[in-house]
Amino acid sequence: MTYAFFPGCVSKGACPELYQSVMQVYPKLGIDLNEMTTASCTGAGVLQEKDPKLGDVLNARTFALAEQQGLPIMTICSTCQGVMSQANHRLTTQPQYLQQVNGFLKDEGLAYRGTTTIKHFLWILLEDVGADTLRQHITRPLTGLRAAPFYGCYIQRPTEALGIDDHPDRGKSLERIIEILGAEVVDFPGKTRCCGFPILTINEKNSLTMVATHTRDAKTHGADIMVTPCPLCHLNLDGMQSKAANQEKTAIDLPILHLPQLLGLAMGLDAKSLGLTRHLISPESVLAQATLAL
Amino acid sequence: MKTTLRVRRFDPEADPPMGYVQEYRLETEPSETVLDGLIKVRETLDDSLALRCSCRGAICGSCGMRINGHAALACKTKVISVAPADGTIEVEPMHNMPVIKDLVTDMAPFWSKIRQIQPWLQPPGTAPKAEYTASPEAMTHLSGVMSCIMCGVCVSDCTVLEVDKTFVGPAALAKAYRFVADPRDAATLRRLNALNQPGGMWDCTRCMECIQVCPKGVAPMDRIMALRANGMAAKVPSTCGSRHAEVFTDIIKHKGILDEPMLAVRTFGLKHVGRLLGMVPMVLQSVFKGKVPKSGPLHRPIPGIHHIQRLFKRMRVKS
Repeated sequence: MTYAFFPGCVSKGACPELYQSVMQVYPKLGIDLNEMTTASCTGAGVLQEKDPKLGDVLNARTFALAEQQGLPIMTICSTCQGVMSQANHRLTTQPQYLQQVNGFLKDEGLAYRGTTTIKHFLWILLEDVGADTLRQHITRPLTGLRAAPFYGCYIQRPTEALGIDDHPDRGKSLERIIEILGAEVVDFPGKTRCCGFPILTINEKNSLTMVATHTRDAKTHGADIMVTPCPLCHLNLDGMQSKAANQEKTAIDLPILHLPQLLGLAMGLDAKSLGLTRHLISPESVLAQATLAL
Repeated sequence: MKTTLRVRRFDPEADPPMGYVQEYRLETEPSETVLDGLIKVRETLDDSLALRCSCRGAICGSCGMRINGHAALACKTKVISVAPADGTIEVEPMHNMPVIKDLVTDMAPFWSKIRQIQPWLQPPGTAPKAEYTASPEAMTHLSGVMSCIMCGVCVSDCTVLEVDKTFVGPAALAKAYRFVADPRDAATLRRLNALNQPGGMWDCTRCMECIQVCPKGVAPMDRIMALRANGMAAKVPSTCGSRHAEVFTDIIKHKGILDEPMLAVRTFGLKHVGRLLGMVPMVLQSVFKGKVPKSGPLHRPIPGIHHIQRLFKRMRVKS
C-alpha cells in the first residue's frame, strides 16, 4: 500500500509530535509513503474565506501531482482531509468547473483528470490495512484505558463529500479503532462537535468555552484520555485547555492524544518516541495507571 | 415494522415544570415518516403529546425537531432511514431555543435574529411605479438561499449558539446574504458593516452542522463565507477574523506552507498586542515541552513555490 503522503502544515509546525508518531507507526503496518514536499497548504477553509476558487486551484494542483504518481493521497489531519474532500467533490461532480480550474494549471504543465482519492490515516487503518491485520500488530492492548473520541468537524461533515454516505462506517471509525486497540470507548455528546479552534483569534471566550465543555464532558463520562485525528483540535483541546479551565473556574486535566500515538502505544512503541512528552496536558499519570509509563 | 419513539417531553404545567422521557411503541410502514409516527401516537396512544406540524411536505417548516441527535424536519425523515436495528428512534425538541411544551419550541428568539438583519429589500431612490425588477441572470445564484423555509433546523444544531446566545446565527446570516447579493439592494455596505460587529459573520466556527442538517440545501455556512469574502472585498473595517484570512492567504502565497507564529503575530498586530501577550505563557510552555519542529518555528518556502506564486498571480489577473 503506497500513498502520496500529505502531512499538512500543523504536523510540520505546532504539532511536531503528530508527524513523529506517524513516522513511528506506518512502516510496521505495510504502508509506504511518498511525502508530497511540493504540495501547498489546503487553505484550511481560511484561505477559502477570501477566495474559494483559489483554494480549489491549489488543491487541484495537489491532486494532479498525486495523479501523476498514480497514488492515492494520505492525510493525517481532519481539516486537510475535509477541505481536500470538498474540493475534490466539486471538481469531480462539475466537469465544466474542473475544466475551468485546469485552465489555471495548464501553464504549470498540469491537468487534473479527477481520479485521485484522498484518505485520512484513520480510514486507511480500517479500509486498507484492515481490522484483522491491525490486531496482529497489537502487542500491548490498551486494556483498562478509557478513551473518548473527538473527530473534528471536517472529517464528519458534509457527509456526501467525505464519502460517509457511501461508507457509513467512517462516521464511527474512531470508536472502532479504540475498540480494536483494546481500550474502552467513552461516548459523550461533544465527540462530533466543534473544538472552537477556528474562532480562537476571533472570539476567544466562545472558543475556550467549547474546549472546556467537551473536555469536561468527556471526563465526566469517565474518560482517562481523549483521542483525535485532527491536529487543529489538538492545538485547542491540549494547548488551550488550562486557559479554558481557568475561564470556567474549574479543573479538567484531560490528556489529548493524536490517533497515531494511541495506535503506537498499543503496538508496543515507547511513549517518548511517540512524542507523548510534548503535550501541554501531560498524559504521564494516566498512562502510568494503565501501565503504559512514559 | 416495530418502532419505538423515545420522546423527550416537557410539561410546563407541572409544579415545578419538568422534562422527562416517554417511550411509545407502534407499528409503522416503510413509507412512513417520523411525523407520521408522532401523529399516530397522538391520535391512538397519547393525545397529550404536543408537536407542531402543518404541510407534511417539507414546505411550511413547522416540524423541525431533533431525531437521533440531529435536527431535521420530521415530515422529511423516513422511519426506515433512521431506525437502528432495535427500532428505537430518539426524538427531542430543537436545541438553542426555549421549549414551550414537548416538541414545540418558542421561535420568538429565531424571528428576532431574522428581524435584526433587516430582511427586506432596500433599493435606492424613489420607488418605481411597478415592481423592482432584476434580470434572471442576476438572481439565479440566489435561488439556493431563497429556498430557506425558516424551519430553525440550522439554528438548533449551531455549535456557536450552544455557547453564545448573542450570535446572530446561520439562518439570519444566510438571509442577510440573500440581500447583500441582491443587485437591487442599495444597503450592501451598511449591511456588511453591521454583520462585521461581534456576534455577526465572523463568529461562525465553520463547523458545517448547518450545511449538514439543512433540509432545503441552503448551505448557510457557505453563505456566511461569501459574506466574509464580500466584506473583505468591500474593505469594511478589519477584524481579527478578516486579518486572519488575509494574513493566512499571504503566508501561503509566499511560502506555500503555514507559519503559525507569523499568523498569530500579524493577525493580532499592535492593535491587539494584549491578546498576543496573553498567548506568551502557552508559547513558552510549548517551547519547554519541545513542541517546536527541528527546523525551527518558521518554515522555508516549499520546493516549487514559484508554481504557487504563479497560480496566485494568474488567479488575481483573471478575477
